[in-house]
Amino acid sequence: MQASSDNILSAVRIDKGFPGTKALDKVDFHLQRGEIHALLGENGAGKSTLIKCLTGAYRRDGGSILLDGVDVDPRDTFDAQRLGIGTVYQEVNLLPNLSVAENLFLGRQPRRFGMVDIRAMNRKARELLSEYELELDVTRALASYSVAIQQVVAIARAVDLSGKVLILDEPTASLDAHEVAMLFRIVRRLKARGLGIIFITHFLEQVYEISDRITVLRNGRLVGTRDTADLDRRDLVAMMIGRELAAEIHAVHATAAEGEPRYRFRNYGRRGRIDPFDLDVRAGEVVGIAGLLGSGRTETAEVLFGAHRADSGTAEIDGRRVELSSPRAAIRQKFGFCPEDRKTDGIVGDLSVRENIVLALQARRGWTRPISRAEQNRLADLYIRALDIRTADREKPIKLLSGGNQQKAILARWLATEPELLILDEPTRGIDVGAHAEIVRLIESLREKGMSLIVISSEIEELVAYSTRVIVLRDRAHVAELGGERITAHQIVEAIAAANERRAS
Amino acid sequence: MKQKYLPLTATILIFVLSYALCAAQYPNILSTRVIGNLLTDNAFLGIAAVGMTFVILSGGIDLSVGSVIAFTGVFLAVVLEHTSMHPLAAFALVLAITTLFGALMGVIIHYLEMPAFIVTLAGMFLARGMAFVLSIDSIPIKHPFYATLKGFYYKLPGGGRITLIGGLMLLVFAIGILIAHRTRFGTNVYALGGGSATAKLMGVPVASTTVKIYALSGLLAGLSGIVFSLYTSAGYSLAAVGVELDAITAVVIGGTLLTGGSGFVAGTLVGIFIQGLIQTYITFDGSLSSWWTKILIGVLLFAFILLQKGIIHLSRDARQRA
Repeated sequence: MQASSDNILSAVRIDKGFPGTKALDKVDFHLQRGEIHALLGENGAGKSTLIKCLTGAYRRDGGSILLDGVDVDPRDTFDAQRLGIGTVYQEVNLLPNLSVAENLFLGRQPRRFGMVDIRAMNRKARELLSEYELELDVTRALASYSVAIQQVVAIARAVDLSGKVLILDEPTASLDAHEVAMLFRIVRRLKARGLGIIFITHFLEQVYEISDRITVLRNGRLVGTRDTADLDRRDLVAMMIGRELAAEIHAVHATAAEGEPRYRFRNYGRRGRIDPFDLDVRAGEVVGIAGLLGSGRTETAEVLFGAHRADSGTAEIDGRRVELSSPRAAIRQKFGFCPEDRKTDGIVGDLSVRENIVLALQARRGWTRPISRAEQNRLADLYIRALDIRTADREKPIKLLSGGNQQKAILARWLATEPELLILDEPTRGIDVGAHAEIVRLIESLREKGMSLIVISSEIEELVAYSTRVIVLRDRAHVAELGGERITAHQIVEAIAAANERRAS
Repeated sequence: MKQKYLPLTATILIFVLSYALCAAQYPNILSTRVIGNLLTDNAFLGIAAVGMTFVILSGGIDLSVGSVIAFTGVFLAVVLEHTSMHPLAAFALVLAITTLFGALMGVIIHYLEMPAFIVTLAGMFLARGMAFVLSIDSIPIKHPFYATLKGFYYKLPGGGRITLIGGLMLLVFAIGILIAHRTRFGTNVYALGGGSATAKLMGVPVASTTVKIYALSGLLAGLSGIVFSLYTSAGYSLAAVGVELDAITAVVIGGTLLTGGSGFVAGTLVGIFIQGLIQTYITFDGSLSSWWTKILIGVLLFAFILLQKGIIHLSRDARQRA
């Protein structure tokens, strides 16, 4: 165990399991005094689980946490704060309706004669914020300030309360370049004061700009901790995505579909979500979409499906202009969309497997033309068998199924509508290896039947395995398209990591 | 001007404007007698509305208020008729009961994670039922102490009187304002209304705050019941039906956001005055049906809900621009 006195926070062999999965597997993490330490990993890598174990939001199953060399065991986030570990989230966890000063001093307002001394509180708030180069009217409601200011107020509160370790969980996700610069100035100043700062983000430029060291997690395991200066971008992406670049799987797509594109999107995009892009999809083709978290993958899917209406460009199907202004319109054009987060966007947990499967088809038919129970049963049984959904019977509430089986039920829901273009967002996320292979096989067989598919995945090997073309996204823009021989994990990683000319920071 | 003062300003403006209109038509409405009566007639409603303000600020609701007032009145009437207990002791006893009753509802709301609407709805039936159990008749209260209390008043120039209960209401409002804006408890109430999950993360003692809020509402409903029994000199289990709704109306017209987290206790007082003024105007007019009170208040309430929506909308836009 490396317990140098420089470490302000050491997490040693942290274990955390959830039913069915091991979220953290003996992860070590060491944070030094006065360093900014980036914690990186794709979705599901265990970043947030690790943070939650450090801040007491989760109780760890095993391992120990040393703060200043002393064994600690925070029972909850409040306890962690008392010990000295403060956290600031992307979603500012302050109260928008209270004044800035009240937010800073909630629960510890200065009092005189039993009453809150508002003037003293406001004065102290101004003093505190002046350390952050912030001159605000602290009596105004927090909601009247921008997210960046709120973020700084949250940091000021966290540092004032805890003062040893500051965890910044994607603090820059909704800030513009100017605001990020302001935030970074403040973070550097805190670093100079000797705080240990853990910085979580998916913007790699920012990692290189501000961090001293980088720790990468993948699938709940520690991949490694490196000095930022010694780690080039390509190696970092490789660490995150988990590709030994030497071992290439060379997938052959003999049947790379030819002919005229069926779906033709031109200059399609939505301001603030995804830059305008051109995209063609042929019948019997799987277009893979690769990119790091936050690069605009899901945004692309949502714009294509009309979940967020495109504000530029045109969409054509077989040469005919179509409007995809809403998911309903897209469904009428025989689109299907399996969203990424099936818990919130996909399944209706309390409804049965059967009801979940017929949901989209019923929605397309309209509620005035109900699908008969016999037909529902037939469809449910058909897809339960075809996709091998493991459920005791079709009336079981879907929330009781395993992740892989829920995913298959959602696929079944869209297959039941017999779509011609199916968009899958992370179809293999959070499901076990066996189900994983089945879903990949299913994608292959759908393609062979002539369906067009757009598949988003962070698993590069998987994209290589089934895509006829791969679109690479970075910073909310389509930056590369790889086809045929060029679809290799190596090429994809290169394209993702390529130095960024558009958004040099 | 700060946005949070906008609804309050609108309320005050409406009050001043409508008062001016009334006064233009009936100059007598400016007399201190009318003002004194306005205080006396609305004393019980005002006191209950202070408690309701805290409940609504925290994002909750208390539907039991009217029933608790009726229960208090019947309890006092029965106790004073059948026992030799001094009214002051009876007051203390009934306040203890109603405070406990409110605290119990708070406990259920917090620990069983039940919506306040349902819990206090049950509380409403329970309190009304208990009043019926005590007596189904309207019992007059003839205790001499009541007459003494009614004899206390402060004479205003021009013949108006600030009665004991009218003054008590103003005192309750003053204390309410202090609690809401100058104590940690008050800030915690606003914090709960801003988002109880976040408030909890920030270290607000959510459980004790919730219990205290409903206990306070129970206490003030009890006090309101005492004032109501002084006002009517009787206890009747069918009295004060729907007072909770009048209190909610006063709170909302007073500029408090029904979803919680924003508003002022002082606004509620103006809300009470607006309701009282409409009532007074209709009395002065004489030809209008008293239902016009309800219609006008309904219109006002609707206008205020629209105003609040508009403000929320504007502030969201402002933040996006920021």
